[in-house]
Amino acid sequence: MAGNIWVMAEQWNGGISEVTYELLALGRELADGLGVSLEVVLLGHEAEELAAGLGEADVVLYGDDPALQEPTAEAYSRVLTAVIRERGPHGILIPVTNVTWDLLGLLPAELGAPLLNFCKDVGVADGRLEARCLLYGGKMEANVAATGTPAILGVMAGARAADGPAAGEAPPIERFPVSLPEAPRTELQRYVEAEAGDVDLTQQEVLVAVGRGIGFQDNVELAEELAEELGGAVCGSRPVIDQGWLSLSRQIGKSGVIVKPRLYVAAGISGAPEHVEGMKDSEMIIAINTDPEAPIFSVAHYGIVEDANDVMEALTEAIQEAKG
Amino acid sequence: MKIVVLLKMVPDVVEELELGPDGRSLDLELLRLIINERDEHALEQALLLKERHGGTVTVVALDAPEIDDVLFTALARGVDRVVKIEGAPETLTTHGAASLLAGGLPDIPDLLPADLLLTGCQAMDDLDAQTGPFLAQRLGLPYVGVISGVEVDLEAQRAFVSKEYPGGMHGDFEVTLPALLGIQAAATAPRYVPVAKVRAAMQSGEVEAISPSAQPEPPLVEVLKMMKLEAAGHAEMLEGSVEEVAGRVAELLGERGLL
Repeated sequence: MAGNIWVMAEQWNGGISEVTYELLALGRELADGLGVSLEVVLLGHEAEELAAGLGEADVVLYGDDPALQEPTAEAYSRVLTAVIRERGPHGILIPVTNVTWDLLGLLPAELGAPLLNFCKDVGVADGRLEARCLLYGGKMEANVAATGTPAILGVMAGARAADGPAAGEAPPIERFPVSLPEAPRTELQRYVEAEAGDVDLTQQEVLVAVGRGIGFQDNVELAEELAEELGGAVCGSRPVIDQGWLSLSRQIGKSGVIVKPRLYVAAGISGAPEHVEGMKDSEMIIAINTDPEAPIFSVAHYGIVEDANDVMEALTEAIQEAKG
Repeated sequence: MKIVVLLKMVPDVVEELELGPDGRSLDLELLRLIINERDEHALEQALLLKERHGGTVTVVALDAPEIDDVLFTALARGVDRVVKIEGAPETLTTHGAASLLAGGLPDIPDLLPADLLLTGCQAMDDLDAQTGPFLAQRLGLPYVGVISGVEVDLEAQRAFVSKEYPGGMHGDFEVTLPALLGIQAAATAPRYVPVAKVRAAMQSGEVEAISPSAQPEPPLVEVLKMMKLEAAGHAEMLEGSVEEVAGRVAELLGERGLL
């Protein structure tokens, strides 16, 4: 008898992350495909009421301890390792986010279990889980199978559409005992709110985003001129922020802001999964990159294989002309 | 303070990537390897901590083409000691590479215990493991990743680190030393080092080499097929001179009422 499919609920800072419901939708398909149950694992402290929206699952496995109030990878990994060993699920779906990232590393190491990371899709083939994984900054994909169980699957946001918390009756909750005898070696002291930027990127109708491909900090000016002409703001991908070309508050992506503007111009951005997560739902995406194989072209509506600086400059002029 | 930095070479994804003849991995002949970007930040963070607290920084890497150049550059940046672990098969997955590192580190004389081990929190070729957490687990060390700020209180044997959360939020963690930290970004961008200094390091410096006693762990996943992302599958590609393309985009924006 195959083990069940588990989804790890992402619970932090008082709520369940949206991506959890996406994983439940995917998990339901896999559980049906294998003919097993779908179970969702919820860890927390006095957080049982959060289980109410997890009704897509057949049962909520709930572990409670003060050390589990916020998802620190050390405590989560220990508790999960114990309950996984005891119950032997077939596969565990865990969202790929900054909240769960460390857990995705620690848990398979602790269990000696296979990890399939950056899954954009997961299916069942010959009774085992097979995933489509993103690799090399999203430039390649691979079909990957786990050779054993339990398989740990890191699933990217957007793998399935989700309708949010399930309506209707709360699912049955099964509490399991939690034992954390050792003192924690890593402790979350506090959350620190995002530095307020000078503009709220989520409220902009137009964003001009720059990446490493613009070459030099001086070229940020070309983006600013274009953004001004379009009545929008400038933002950037991770490498540009790390170089100090733009402030942290202007970062789009996994660690930064999620945006859905009417127009998103991606200039010199390759389109690593961490960035795409933050902008893929923009209404119109125009990407400019010298690399015709840049993954950004797989999410863009219009693509231009050129130097981003040249195009930004020409576009600013063309818009000025069009406006008369 | 004794700091160890773990570096790894990964494919340069700015270059064209080609599939190998097995259809399940990259063509190694054509591959250009660069140091994993997050590991460069880990190195920079280590150097910043050394400047503040004194002590030594040792860099350890698995042997790879051009690794000597990378290690000499690290010496030129201010690292005290560089070691490469030899005998790695060319086609290791992340899990294999991490397990070889975990087996090799204890074999390096006068390396462990260290106060702090730093590595990048993510790499371009991560698939079936993350190097940092894997090593932390095997070495019995605490781990926190996605870090963009490290302070150390050596007397109290504590590190205070800032971990990135979604939406620009951070979490302040207190970590017991010795520990392994996965660095997302150093406090400042990795320092530039002039070529002359690298040459000097090649003259006077030494890359230590060791053969690990342990073999890499066998893979737990099977790559069935690898393929290029169909990048242009979605976008309508606009072609012509820069001016023509810009004109076309301006038109499109006008049609959508975006001007």
